[in-house]
Amino acid sequence: MNQVTSYVESNWQQIQQWGLTTVWLAAVPVVVGLALAVPCGWIAYRYKWLEGPLVSGLSVIYTVPSVVLFLVLPDVFGTKILDPFNVMAALTIYSFVLLVRTVSGALGSVPHSVLSAAGAMGYTGRQLVLRVHLPLAVPVIAAGVRVAAVSNVSLVSVASVIGTAQLGQLFIAGNNTSSLAPIIVGLFAFMAIALVYDLVIITLTRLLTPWHRAVAP
Amino acid sequence: MTLADGNGLPGLDRVGIWFNDPANWWGSNGLIAHTREHLLYTVVVTAAAALVAIPVGLVIGHTGRGTAVVAGLANTLRAVPTLGFLIFLIVVLSPHIPVRRGWGTIVPAGSVPYLVPALIVVLILAIPPILTSTYAGVQSLDAATRDAAAGTGMTSLQVIRKVELPCALPLIISGLRSATLQVIATLTVAAYAPLVGGLGRFIIDGQQNLGDLRYGYPAMVAGGIAVAVLALAVDGTLHVVLRRTVSPGLTSVSATRRPSPVPGKRPRLDSSATH
Repeated sequence: MNQVTSYVESNWQQIQQWGLTTVWLAAVPVVVGLALAVPCGWIAYRYKWLEGPLVSGLSVIYTVPSVVLFLVLPDVFGTKILDPFNVMAALTIYSFVLLVRTVSGALGSVPHSVLSAAGAMGYTGRQLVLRVHLPLAVPVIAAGVRVAAVSNVSLVSVASVIGTAQLGQLFIAGNNTSSLAPIIVGLFAFMAIALVYDLVIITLTRLLTPWHRAVAP
Repeated sequence: MTLADGNGLPGLDRVGIWFNDPANWWGSNGLIAHTREHLLYTVVVTAAAALVAIPVGLVIGHTGRGTAVVAGLANTLRAVPTLGFLIFLIVVLSPHIPVRRGWGTIVPAGSVPYLVPALIVVLILAIPPILTSTYAGVQSLDAATRDAAAGTGMTSLQVIRKVELPCALPLIISGLRSATLQVIATLTVAAYAPLVGGLGRFIIDGQQNLGDLRYGYPAMVAGGIAVAVLALAVDGTLHVVLRRTVSPGLTSVSATRRPSPVPGKRPRLDSSATH
């Protein structure tokens, strides 16, 4: 334990810098992926014939290991291989693929009777989607976002195999010096980031679905 | 040497040239040898994970006990950074594994101290998807079906074996599929452990000299493509297995989503049907 604290003390600046990169690398892809997935998931839900090809076609991308995407993207974008942008782009693709399926399924999970009732109350078109359909799909979408966010954090660590500068470098450092201190710091840091994201998403979900609180105290 | 402008890497066109060179396919460091190792590890690890996860999942599903614990554990495991866990085990375990000898070309001499932590990591990550889908499959079973089975005089063990297991099979196999894909992908990271084979070798070793046309960036991308192809091939095979092994009474409903012949009754086990 002493070793861990002294390691943190002597490398604080570096850990802070890596930590900041890791936080960004894990968060931005989920936000961008969700922003892209909501319209695409809607299309997949709305036009059923598109759902099969869209969802299963995209899940092919999910079988591509992350390391491969980290490697191929530099050539596609012409970026440097160590550029964190590659990791961000690759994770955005994964989050998007995962979330399109979630959004489409979540929209489908809203009972038809509720939508009919909303229609009977005079909600039309965009109103119905934005005020009734999407909000009611939030809990299911949020469950998918939690999975995407937490697995993203874990995937970021893989990027250090390529050499991207983020908290995963702690593991590499531990391996090179056969010392446990940086590895333990890294494990705790990654788990803590994942936990914080999970809590943030849970809180946001509760804020977006006030009716759940009214029913279940 | 042709370098892609800007990033100093050999261009992706070198990957095609890499694949065209027979020297990269054969030999102990070739594509074929590494694919074989990758497949072998995958089969061993997934089978071991299934041996642990399916019985436990069946019991949890049958008794309904421990669901919360397992769900929580699966979520926690998802947050564990694979690479960190692997290196942690290498640093902690490897010096204490005294096995120096090897077995054939698949397990070269001296590789056991690294192979054990690598496979443990992959194994532990493969268990949750199988476990959760197994108990979810058992729990999705109609309580009336279970009661009927018990009512005909079946013992608990018989209910599990003859009713719950076959009915949960579609979900169990879909869990196996995602576990297998995860194993194939994670094994690339496991190659970070020295002397561990598999297609990850190309990716990990390639970083020593990115510009090298045979062992550098082109080999990394080629190894990555090989992993993706392997994943797709295995996934396709398991898809066919699913169609063959699952009772036709279950698949015909869930696969084609045809409406139930009885009006007003929706087909069972069609968990994806939502309205």
